[in-house]
Amino acid sequence: MSATASTGRTEISAEWGRRVAAPIRRVASVLGSVSLTFLGLTVVTFIIGRVIPIDPVLAIVGDKASREVYDRVREQLGLNKPLLVQYWDYLMRVLHGNFGTSVMTSRPVLTDLLSVFPATVELSILALIIGVAGGIPLGVVAATHRGRWQDQAIRFGSLLGYSMPVFWLGLVGLLAFYAKLGWVNGPGRIDVAFDDMVTPVTGMVTIDSLIAGEYEVFWNALSHLVLPASILGYISLAYVARMTRSFMLGQLRQEYVLATLAKGLSPWRVVWVHALGNVWVQLLTVIALTFGSLLEGAVLTETVFAWPGLGMYMKNSLFAADLNAVLGGTVVIGIVYIGLNMLTDLLYPLVDPRARDQR
Amino acid sequence: MSEAITLRAWLLDPAPASRRQARFGRWFRAWLAFRRNGLAVAGLAIVLLLVAVAVFAPLLADRQAATFQDLAQRLQPASWAHPFGTDELGRDIYTRIVFGARITLTIVGLVSLIVVPLGLGIGMPAGYFGGVIDKVLMRITDIFLAFPRLILALAFAAALGPGIENAVIAIALTAWPPYARLARAETLTRRRAEFIEAAQLQGASTARILGTQILPLCLPSVIMRLTLDMAGIILTAAGLGFLGLGAQPPAPEWGAMVSTGRGVLLDQWWVATVPGLAIFITSLGFNLLGDGLRDVSDSRSA
Repeated sequence: MSATASTGRTEISAEWGRRVAAPIRRVASVLGSVSLTFLGLTVVTFIIGRVIPIDPVLAIVGDKASREVYDRVREQLGLNKPLLVQYWDYLMRVLHGNFGTSVMTSRPVLTDLLSVFPATVELSILALIIGVAGGIPLGVVAATHRGRWQDQAIRFGSLLGYSMPVFWLGLVGLLAFYAKLGWVNGPGRIDVAFDDMVTPVTGMVTIDSLIAGEYEVFWNALSHLVLPASILGYISLAYVARMTRSFMLGQLRQEYVLATLAKGLSPWRVVWVHALGNVWVQLLTVIALTFGSLLEGAVLTETVFAWPGLGMYMKNSLFAADLNAVLGGTVVIGIVYIGLNMLTDLLYPLVDPRARDQR
Repeated sequence: MSEAITLRAWLLDPAPASRRQARFGRWFRAWLAFRRNGLAVAGLAIVLLLVAVAVFAPLLADRQAATFQDLAQRLQPASWAHPFGTDELGRDIYTRIVFGARITLTIVGLVSLIVVPLGLGIGMPAGYFGGVIDKVLMRITDIFLAFPRLILALAFAAALGPGIENAVIAIALTAWPPYARLARAETLTRRRAEFIEAAQLQGASTARILGTQILPLCLPSVIMRLTLDMAGIILTAAGLGFLGLGAQPPAPEWGAMVSTGRGVLLDQWWVATVPGLAIFITSLGFNLLGDGLRDVSDSRSA
């Protein structure tokens, strides 16, 4: 009697441990490693801010200032405090979203970043959609046709993709599709004639114009967007296709594929439902990484296409020696990067039941 | 002819008589496997061509012409005198591409020289000692791995100032983490091996064990990874050059050349596209070579 009760209790506690305690522990450990990485990020940007050869005090007071003025400004900037205290102050400011004031625009860096971020998100999301929607099917086809001409063509095509300097591809694309063929609109986000015609809601012109029902503006903006997004998308397509192919090859070697085929399931179903279903977890990481690298590619692509996003903002700040803006942008992109990694870590158990029961 | 056959037989001898024969035999078999991959051989050819162009640059073109400005000859299309045309200052683009190969190779070489020792120096102790040392070192590695490479390189280059040396430092600082992880993984699988214990029992110091026993075993995979990484390093360097953070004018850096050609893209397309093609072909060559090397090593381990 008592024996059954105690087993019942252990079962309950085991069940409780599996259902509640393990996920909590997982989330806690992910959060722990994320905050450590975030601290590392701020340490690096803090150090970069310190090694810069420009003396921040001199930049304000000028080199004719007297010793007293220099010291007073130095004190105001907190540069006389110990390094650790300075770092702590910096960390607190970053946590409050205070990246200082941009020298270039004389607005808070955070305001600037928020105003340019939607343009970059618009560009990278469309590029990501192109990359994922094209890359996964191509990777699957390459894996199922291993060694045949389809595989060779897809492999070579993706090799070309990640060998290409994205800024050069952008210029060639502009030359061909804008200047010679006239299929798309040129650099910029929208024609000057349409400037300020829609009220910003999301900050993404294509979506805002749809919300406002301004279809002419929408087509104009889309025609500006499609070339840079395709070029970024091709580069990520190349990476996604390559990774999908290698994951799928790993799955197709497994015995369950043979077993399901023997059972009489159609090969199509085995490949696209069973095998592809098993590589989703790994693909999720790849997609997150791709999105991160899109932000990188955006710096170069935005420069080529005069796209007023985060990348161009950072590039312009760089040449205006606007360190606050550059470091602010670095921290924001770093946070997006860390956030994406955290998201995939947390999503794993939802997609993969095997990861759910692990401690 | 018969000598060639006997050399081949000596190399492929299934029962090598000496260590040297075994080693050469292994390389030869790897080469035979590598040779079957046509694309990989093409990649090797591109890389060798790049090295040859860089080494023999003064023979292939006139050094003065790389920076010689002739405004009367500006923006000329391709001709016998200027195979790739001239740029906006009347400089011969062919000459600048030839000498640009030296800059590209210098960047790649210097980055490798920093990245490999740094990665090994952090990865090997982490794997060998384990425990707290491992945790701390790998956490630092993860932090650097969590950065987008070009953005961090951008921030470094912005802080250190533009220039080729700073571009190299910036790229190296962002490129080392994968090598540390690789070296750690390789070390972890070997640190309990019997030959390591034998060396420990003989009284070898830790530094000696790491340097003479572990290091040679880490190198092949590190070098493989480096070949695969070369294309990425070249593209990042070119990207920094394009943004104006790499080699400074008038140095014939390919990325910077693309950037200066942007202004005349629509009318004189060759100024921007030809140097970009050079970057593309070079990085394609390294990618093909790296892929081929990886295939060879996979088939050996399988």
